[in-house]
Amino acid sequence: MTLYSRLGLSDFEYSQIVKRLKREPNELETYLFSAMWSEHCGYKHSKNYIKNFPKTNSVCPDENSGGIEIGSHIIFFKAESHNHPSAVEPFQGAATGIGGIIRDILTLGARPIALMDSLKFGNLDNGRNKYLLEGVVSGISFYGNCIGVPTIGGETNFDNCFSSNPLVNVLAIGIANKQKIVKSIARENCIILLLGSSTGRDGIHGASFASKEMEDKQEDKLSVQIADPFMKKNVIEASLEILNLEGIIAAQDCGAAGILSSTSEMGYKGKCAIELYLDKVHLREKDMQPWEIMLSESQERMIFAVKPEVKDKVFKIAEKYCIQISEIGKTTKGRDYNLYWDGKLLSSTPLEVLNNCVAYELNAEEPAYIKIQKNKILKENDLSAKDILELLKSPDISNKKYIFSQYDHTVGNRTVLKPSKSSVSALRVKEENTFIAFTMDSDFRKVYLNPFEGAKCIVYESFRNMTAAGFIPDGITDCLNFANPEKNETAYAFVKSVEGITRACKELNIPVVSGNVSFYNETDETSVYPCPVIGMMGRVNKNILKNSVSDDEYIYLLGKEISLNSHAGGSFYQKLFYDFLGGEIDVIDSAIEKKISNAILDLIEKNLITACNDVSKGGIFISLFEILYNSDIGFKGSLTNGIKSQKLLFGEITGRYIISSKTDIENELKGYNIPFKMLGKSKKDTLEFDGFSFKIKELFEIYKNAFETELKN
Amino acid sequence: MKAGIVVFPGTNCGRDTYEACRFLGWNAEYIWHNKSTLKDYDVIFLPGGFSYGDYIRAGCLAKFSPVMTAIREFIYSEKGMVAGICNGFQILCESGLLEGALTYNLNNKFICDDIELYFEGEEICLPVAHKEGRYIKPKDTVINDLIFLKYKRNPNGSDDDIAGLYDKKRKILALMPHPERAVFKETGNTDGIKIFNFIQKELNL
Repeated sequence: MTLYSRLGLSDFEYSQIVKRLKREPNELETYLFSAMWSEHCGYKHSKNYIKNFPKTNSVCPDENSGGIEIGSHIIFFKAESHNHPSAVEPFQGAATGIGGIIRDILTLGARPIALMDSLKFGNLDNGRNKYLLEGVVSGISFYGNCIGVPTIGGETNFDNCFSSNPLVNVLAIGIANKQKIVKSIARENCIILLLGSSTGRDGIHGASFASKEMEDKQEDKLSVQIADPFMKKNVIEASLEILNLEGIIAAQDCGAAGILSSTSEMGYKGKCAIELYLDKVHLREKDMQPWEIMLSESQERMIFAVKPEVKDKVFKIAEKYCIQISEIGKTTKGRDYNLYWDGKLLSSTPLEVLNNCVAYELNAEEPAYIKIQKNKILKENDLSAKDILELLKSPDISNKKYIFSQYDHTVGNRTVLKPSKSSVSALRVKEENTFIAFTMDSDFRKVYLNPFEGAKCIVYESFRNMTAAGFIPDGITDCLNFANPEKNETAYAFVKSVEGITRACKELNIPVVSGNVSFYNETDETSVYPCPVIGMMGRVNKNILKNSVSDDEYIYLLGKEISLNSHAGGSFYQKLFYDFLGGEIDVIDSAIEKKISNAILDLIEKNLITACNDVSKGGIFISLFEILYNSDIGFKGSLTNGIKSQKLLFGEITGRYIISSKTDIENELKGYNIPFKMLGKSKKDTLEFDGFSFKIKELFEIYKNAFETELKN
Repeated sequence: MKAGIVVFPGTNCGRDTYEACRFLGWNAEYIWHNKSTLKDYDVIFLPGGFSYGDYIRAGCLAKFSPVMTAIREFIYSEKGMVAGICNGFQILCESGLLEGALTYNLNNKFICDDIELYFEGEEICLPVAHKEGRYIKPKDTVINDLIFLKYKRNPNGSDDDIAGLYDKKRKILALMPHPERAVFKETGNTDGIKIFNFIQKELNL
């Protein structure tokens, strides 16, 4: 086997490298290309598609993270996956996942102010899945808490397709002064500084490891990086001080493919040459080979290109925080990437070739499964009280306090809507005297059944989350988690999902400010459902709605009513009760979505409603239940018109909300010209509808404790 | 009121404490941990966070920082008070400036929650966020008179529901909850102001 194929490059890719270099790469260069042309760094199967995402109104969309302008500040936010490492070593994998995404925000000069996470595991009846969940959660807790960045919310879902392929997606949020942003574009005549941890052999090949299907776990363990949040905290504070100096030209974090990727991108974007002296890099282990130094993914390292005259100031800051720093190279005139050892030139490659990996077209024909699944029909049993309890107990639905109480969600004094209290998590932007909100959403079953419409559904669910708390969307970031893109089913789902997200964003007039693609989430046995995860940012319209319902309030459904003929494919109850996935999913009607959203924002502004929740997983029942739980109140009314139908109570269709008002607002609602229906009234102690009656105390206890009970079982 | 806020490598609640002090109209400034002499302050805060990454044990390494020598002198000179919050409480116990010790929560997990407390004859609510917050009282000393803050429903297994206490001379005060996170009305809770006012009252200022 040749070196290049051992490193994951195909014959075609290698021939392209030879053609563009006009020679064979030497051994070191083959290593460089294997990393830079890996899926993880090169986006070779995705870049032809994600380039179509709308970017209008985003700031720095071509940087490590894009952002949104709020007054004289920029809110940077980006989601990233750390799936493969977390599958092998959940604690370190999740912890370093946070480390990585924090650096993407930090490198622009933004102080990280919050984290969120979207986690997917196999069902909890399996011990290994419990172990993975506990490991991931404690990894996030260990790292996020220590660096003093609050984890303010997220989502956790379960399906056996994630048993061998857990998904760990982390969203980081940061704030920077508009005038103080540092980009990753180098200029000539700078010196290149490496700040942070010493470089070791950990994480070598991380980039190419994340670019293949999972196989040999023992060998893969060596590709997982080790987290050091204390070092990170110091790197954050030191970097922010450094980035605030005059004369800092460019900054990059060392993520995938470490020093190689960070320095070469900097030079490529800045149209200058890079010279690196590898013998100057501070090392953790003796006798490291040049290629190991270049590819190491040791954590907590930053690269700065600075004017020579600020070097002393930068070194002083490093000394204050007891962090190592080395001058490892410089930028010069030219367009090449030159690596030296003790003055001897080891490699010289054009940055243009190194940074422009091949791009593939995907086979996006509709695969056969789409029609087969669509035509499946579910025969449901009559709705019973047992169904309601079973749904409340399911790990997807039940309260996740067990998870989020392990995360510090209040450090930083910005958190105004805490995890699970509302449809969004919200922060105050004290610098601008306003509020912003974030959500993370996914809906892999609907995306599987109909990738285009399913992906749209996710963006609109986030939009509804924003509306329900009084926020207007500003932009999204996405984590696109898919299986092997060389297979038709995945290729189709990926291309259509990207189109769906693009369409939804254009309809809502918001940009995709940043994102990440994770392919090869599969093993020999299983592959994941196509799982795009959307992270949305919004800003407050006028005021925040904090859900609080008292006794004897009027509770309404806004949006269309579900019927026995509605398309409710991909609904969670069908999976839970029947292990069924099929049928058609309900599609978005953009005009009515916007109309209802505007109505709700108006109601919030006029202080006419006391609570609002969008209807998503678990249908109107769960949407109403979440409101009642957070207000410690019951309900009396009708949810299914007296029909004992699971579909009517739990079915998931688009464009719906539940609201509560202290007064009868029927006339106001009529004025908005939107579909609505009064469901009933809030009531102390009991939950009564359509022939069912529950003591709320008992339901709330089940909902509150089920998750931990399931884990400890 | 003039407050000094000590910052160790890994301290992450220094900014929150600083902002809370400023919001309440106090003068406040940061003190980097390598300072071995101190200016005059009415109160010196040891804020929350993970000083030195909480390596070995929470607070274990911070006690060797030069600033701790200066803080001992500040305490002996009775110039003002020292207030430890969360990690600050842990550092004060590790340094032997307060009796007792803080160890892992009974459930061995980090706990972040809003907790009800008994304080000065009333019930208040403050955020907690810690993994090593279970207070173990000294075996041979009676400390009942020194307790000023108790949990209503003990979250971490602390002896006698202790959430905050003084030293014998009432010149050191420490608590596990985070009053600095409950000052701004936008966050939905301003009970933390009561703790800041309490410190001011203790100083007769």
